[in-house]
Amino acid sequence: MIRVLFFASLREAVGMDAWTFSPDSAGSPPRLSSLLAALKPALEPDGYAALTAENVRIAVNQEFVDGAARIDLKPGDEVAFLPPVTGG
Amino acid sequence: MACIRIQAGDFSVDQEWSALRERLDANAGAVAAFVGLVREVHGDSRSSLELEHYPGMTERSVEAIVAEAEQRWSLAAVTVIHRVGRLRPTDQIVLVLAASAHRSAALAACEFIIDRLKTDAIFWKRETAGDDTRWVQATDQDVERAKGWAGN
Repeated sequence: MIRVLFFASLREAVGMDAWTFSPDSAGSPPRLSSLLAALKPALEPDGYAALTAENVRIAVNQEFVDGAARIDLKPGDEVAFLPPVTGG
Repeated sequence: MACIRIQAGDFSVDQEWSALRERLDANAGAVAAFVGLVREVHGDSRSSLELEHYPGMTERSVEAIVAEAEQRWSLAAVTVIHRVGRLRPTDQIVLVLAASAHRSAALAACEFIIDRLKTDAIFWKRETAGDDTRWVQATDQDVERAKGWAGN
């Protein structure tokens, strides 16, 4: 099981703060692309569009990842979708 | 030597100032301080600001900013406190204290840290004024300011 988190405006866009991804146990390790494919039917089109917007950053186990779609995931991983930050 | 805290409650500048001074030796000749306050939204004094963060990752993002400041300047001590949760106009939201042997390093490090907190620290702000609520957008001006440090 892989825990998926949505923050701030993305949490509202997808209508939930967390989701669980249970990849097929058979076959090659799941990637972020397969996570997104599994998530898509659970979302409204607007929510999916918000998640895949260019300025959204993805963290795996609280580290930003680049070229995210090809990252291999493993059970127990935490994947987070983060909109642009506005602190300070 | 850095003290970094993310907290819902308020902070006392007096207490943090005293705590920082106790960590200094006689080589520290300068401390620069920045305190950020919540402004009202569109002239509405009853407006509010809500800060969301990602526990764990947010702390590490602030630690990384402070670590970079410590590499650029010789700092005797640093304190960063950033509040989260619901805040009101005039509330304190962020504190940066930077101590060094001389004023130039202390002032530059303090400014660097607050600039980077705007663009690199993991926080999200939502403003509410009357019935209107919206997520604050990152400004190009903040991004340009933070980028300005890249070449220095």
